Amino acid sequence: MQLKPSTGRAGRWLAPAALALVSGLYGVASRTDVLPEDRADAQASHYSGGGQDINGLSFLVRKKVGDHVSLSYSHLEDIVSGASIDVRTSGASPYREKRTQDGLTGEFLYGKTTYTLGVTHSYEPDYRSNTGNFGISQSMFGDLTTISMTYRRTWNDVFKMECLIDDKALNYPCVEKVHDPGFGKKDMDERSYGVGLTQILTRNSLIAADLEVITDQGWLSNPYRSVMYADPSGGASLAAEIDPSTRTSNALGLDYKYFLPWRAALDLQYRYFEDTWHIRAHTAQLGYSQPWRSWTFDTSFRFYVQSHADFYSDLFASANQQNFMSRNRELSSFDSLTVGAGASYQFKMPYAPFLSKSTANIRFDHFFFDYKDFRDALLIDPSKGVVAGTEPLYKVQLNVMQLFLSVWY
Amino acid sequence: MSIARRMVGLIAAVGLYLQLCACSPLEPWVKPYERERLADPIMAFDRNPISSAYMDHVFEVRNAARGGNGAAGGGCGCN
Amino acid sequence: MLTRWTRLGLVTLTTVILAAAANAAGDPPAPTFSLPARGGSTINLSQYKGQVVMINFWASWCVPCRQEMPLLDSIYKKYKPLGFTLLSVNVEPEQKDAENFLKQTPVTFPVVFDAKSQVSSLYNVQGMPTTVFIDRKGNVRLMHVSYKTGDENLYMDQIRSLLRE
Repeated sequence: MQLKPSTGRAGRWLAPAALALVSGLYGVASRTDVLPEDRADAQASHYSGGGQDINGLSFLVRKKVGDHVSLSYSHLEDIVSGASIDVRTSGASPYREKRTQDGLTGEFLYGKTTYTLGVTHSYEPDYRSNTGNFGISQSMFGDLTTISMTYRRTWNDVFKMECLIDDKALNYPCVEKVHDPGFGKKDMDERSYGVGLTQILTRNSLIAADLEVITDQGWLSNPYRSVMYADPSGGASLAAEIDPSTRTSNALGLDYKYFLPWRAALDLQYRYFEDTWHIRAHTAQLGYSQPWRSWTFDTSFRFYVQSHADFYSDLFASANQQNFMSRNRELSSFDSLTVGAGASYQFKMPYAPFLSKSTANIRFDHFFFDYKDFRDALLIDPSKGVVAGTEPLYKVQLNVMQLFLSVWY
Repeated sequence: MSIARRMVGLIAAVGLYLQLCACSPLEPWVKPYERERLADPIMAFDRNPISSAYMDHVFEVRNAARGGNGAAGGGCGCN
Repeated sequence: MLTRWTRLGLVTLTTVILAAAANAAGDPPAPTFSLPARGGSTINLSQYKGQVVMINFWASWCVPCRQEMPLLDSIYKKYKPLGFTLLSVNVEPEQKDAENFLKQTPVTFPVVFDAKSQVSSLYNVQGMPTTVFIDRKGNVRLMHVSYKTGDENLYMDQIRSLLRE
C-alpha cells in the first residue's frame, strides 16, 4: 500500500497551525490604543533537516486608511521537498509540494477600543483551510492595562493524495497525483477562544498573559501516518492511525519584558499547555536584544518539553489493540531546544523619500529534538538483532534561516 | 476544560466590569510622559511580525502545544 | 530641585486648586514654571503674560506628537504677529533624541526641556501629546489630549477665539 504523506506536516496540523499563526501575524486583536504602524515586509526562508527542505517566500503589507482603520494583507508560499522520517518509514517516496496562503485583516480603532476582523485561506493539494477571526481589545487605566478577547473559527477540508504515475528514476517519483476517491473529503473544524491581558508594571517593564482554549472536531488523524505493531519475525507492520474525533486544549502563556539600563531588552516567556489527549507541555524562552548604532542583535533560547498523548505508542501489540492509536511523533514524549540569533540593520532607503525607515534582517535558528518514546524505525533489522521496539530513539536537528526586508512609510 | 472556559469567562467579565464602571481606586503609576523606554522598538512584543509568524508556524507543526502566545501591546500609549 | 514629596504635594495642591477653581466660577490660573530652553537660555511662562499661549507637551518617541510638529510650526508662524506664542515642552529625560528629531524636522517656536517631568506633573498631563491653551490673563482655558488628523483646525479655532478677547 503506497502511503503518500503530505507536506511535512505533523498529521493534520500544518495548515491549521499555519492559519493560526498567520492570523496571529495580524489577526490577534491589537493590544494598544494606537493602530499598528504602516509597514511592508518581504521574507525568504529556508528550513532544512530530517530529510526535508522547505523554501518559503512571504510578504506583508499594512496601511492605515484614515485615522481609525488599518488594513493588512499577507501572502505566503512554501515549497516542501524531500522525505521526513515519517515518509520514509511508511515506504513512500520523496515528494515536492507547494502550499499557498493569503490573509486579510482589518483593525478598527474607536477611542480606546480596537476591533479586529480577519480572514485567511490556505491551500495545498490535500488540505484546504479557511479561517475567520474576530477580536476586541480595550486599553484602560491610563493605558497601563489592555484586555483583549479573541474568537477564531476554522473550517478545514482534508483529502488524501493518491499516486497515479510513479517513476522511481526521478528525484520526486510521484509524477501525477489525484485525490483518493476512497478517502473522499473529510472535515475538520476548529474554534479558538482567547483572553489576554497586557500590563505595564514599571517604566522599564511590562507583562502579558494569554489564555487560549482551542477545540477541534472532525477528522483529526493524518491520512498518511501509520502505527506500527510487532510481527512474529521481529519486524513491524503498518496500519493506519486513528485519532479521536475531538480535541480540546488549554494554554496559558506569560511574556515579561524588561528594559536594561544600557539600552537592551530582556524577554522571558513561559507557557503551560494541556489537552484532552493528556498531552502536557511546558515552553520556556529567554530572549535578549541589544541595539548598537544602526544595528540590533537578537538572541534566544527556547526549551520545550511535552509528554505523549494517551493513545500514542511507538509500537503496538496488534493492529486492533485499542480504539485510538497513533505513532505520530508530534504526539510523543520529547524535548526540544532551539537556539537562535539574528541581526538587523536600519538604514534610509536611497531614492525613496516616502520610506521613513528600512531594516535588512537575517536570523538563524537551530533546533534539537530528542524523542523519548519515538524510535527510528528505519533502523529496524531483525537479521542484525535490532527487533522492532529496540531500535534507537530518534533524534533530529533542524536549521531555519530567514532573510527579510522591512520598510515603513 | 470547563475550568479554563470559566476562567476565560471570569477574566472577560472582570474586563467588562472595569470598562463599564470606569472606576479605579488606584492612580496610573507610570505617567504618559514616562513611557520613553516602553515605546522603544526593542520593547515591542512583536517587532518583526513576518518573522515571528513563520517561527510560530514551525513550532506549531513540530510541537503538540498550540495557542497562548498572542502577546502584543505596551508601547507608547500615545492617543 | 524638587523632591518627590514636594512634587507630590505640589501636584495635590494644584489638583485641588484646579478642581476648586473649576467648580467655582472662572478658569484656573496656569501654574507658572521655568525651564531650560533649546539654545541654552531659560524660559519662564510668566514672560508671556498678555499673550495667548499654547503649551504642547511632546516626546520624540510619540508618533502623533511627531506628526503634528510641522503643523504647529505653521500655526506659530501664522498667529505670532497677532500676540500668540507656542511653547513646546519636551518631556524626555535626555535631550539627544529630541535634538535629533528637531534637526530633521526644524521648528521656529521655542522648545524647553522638562527632563525631570516637573511641569508634566504640575499640569497633570494625561496623555501624549497634550496641548494646553492659556488666555491673555494667564488662565487655562482648554486641555486637549492626543492628536488626530484635523485637530490643527481645532487648535486654530481656539487660538482665534482667545485672540479676539
